[in-house]
Amino acid sequence: MNNFHYTKASSVDEAVLAGKGAENYFIAGGTNLLDLWKYDLTHPQKMVDVNGIEELKTITELPNGGLRLGALVTNNTTAYHPLVEARYPLLSRTILAGATAQIRNSATNGGNLLQRTRCYYFYDPASPCNKRNPGSGCPAVEGQNRLHAILGFSDKCIATFPSDMCVALAALEAVVRVTGPNGSREIAFADFHRLPGDRPELDNTLGQDELITAIDLPPRGYAEHHNYLKLRDRNSYAFALVSVATGYELEAGMIANARIALGGVAHIPWRVEAAETYLEGKAPTEASFAGAADLILAGAQGFEHNAFKIELARRTIVRSGMMALDPSCQRPGAPPSL
Amino acid sequence: MQNIPPPATRSVSLRVNGKPAQLEVAPWVSLLDALRHDLDLTGTKKGCDHGQCGACTVICDGERILSCLTLAVMKDGSEITTIEGLGQPGNLHPLQEAFLEHDAYQCGYCTSGQICSGVAMIEAGHGKTREEVKDLMSGNLCRCGANTNIIDAIMAVKDGNHE
Repeated sequence: MNNFHYTKASSVDEAVLAGKGAENYFIAGGTNLLDLWKYDLTHPQKMVDVNGIEELKTITELPNGGLRLGALVTNNTTAYHPLVEARYPLLSRTILAGATAQIRNSATNGGNLLQRTRCYYFYDPASPCNKRNPGSGCPAVEGQNRLHAILGFSDKCIATFPSDMCVALAALEAVVRVTGPNGSREIAFADFHRLPGDRPELDNTLGQDELITAIDLPPRGYAEHHNYLKLRDRNSYAFALVSVATGYELEAGMIANARIALGGVAHIPWRVEAAETYLEGKAPTEASFAGAADLILAGAQGFEHNAFKIELARRTIVRSGMMALDPSCQRPGAPPSL
Repeated sequence: MQNIPPPATRSVSLRVNGKPAQLEVAPWVSLLDALRHDLDLTGTKKGCDHGQCGACTVICDGERILSCLTLAVMKDGSEITTIEGLGQPGNLHPLQEAFLEHDAYQCGYCTSGQICSGVAMIEAGHGKTREEVKDLMSGNLCRCGANTNIIDAIMAVKDGNHE
């Protein structure tokens, strides 16, 4: 690990000015960035500490009925916030399914979006990796690929994006607000993370000099019918093999609109709008969710150690859909019910 | 180490276990190393140094965090409680007493992190059931296998059987 310069910013403008430069990093919680630095995977020249920007530490109601989550609000504060618990319990569930209490107390909402993959080869500096060292190759394709993608991968990279929180943000159609040297802009959540393609070193569409300032949640929160079902090798503090966030609204017992997003299966939270449209007007039954699963998993392809995830994802979509009928059956630490 | 930037150190003011503490540290020094090396508070342990084991858990401004994944300079102005601040021989914290009573450790290396983590969880009011407490304590590993007794000790204090 290398030494670095350090500066504190007390406003967004100050941070953006100080952050200009290829090896300059904004640091908030630091739970992933400092880990990457300790493993010699990133080599920051300057850390710009943004924790002093008070205006990014609030959760506020928006005039349209939505909610604005400040980028510097911690994951735990967000998960336990009364407005989030009441109106966006799906988001609360996904946050509490990730990491540990200690990490969630430091990790911020903005940082959660920017965490890097936990691909074993990416994390091993002695190993080739197209994401870490473009052009060096991808040992995961023919190596240990249990955690890896079954959808949307390329021959350059089969890594998965590890966030749980972002699976809910994808389902909720959140909007990411960012500020850079050229001003502020909004990025639809579906456009924020990107597939690896020929440029697996790029995880997302955030500009190098841009700072995330907030995440806006639209009014629709699916508080009545939602579920986050995360399957992993141990029941806590593990990344998802497959996870499914489900939310829908019922009218006269039929699905009026639905959202389904998957984690652990691709380089991005995976969402297929055709599957959600398919569910409209249907009863919330195993058969309906199985039909949606077919559309979501169309084109899925497994590797030596992760082909099981295709069938696992199919069953998880169905189970999550059924569990969403009664969200009270979900408890942190509890095995999946039904 | 490459290019050490001048000036190499920064001033950091903390309150640690109720007392003011002034540090001069390089920006890349973790809060964990600052506590152990600069302040000689070696009750906080370095296990993995990567946020996987929880041995370095301390309470910062009322919340349990991993001191290994935090730079000391990021916590300027913060109030830190370590195991030394929770209790001392003859004046133990109820959770420390409960760890003794429930035989909640073997080698003891994870214990200070477990106790700081458990105290902050109880004070935050989180963990309504044993199942939830187990989930909320998953950031603290015990490789001796005392986990069941650790949860017993925490539940005893939560339920008010220790005061």
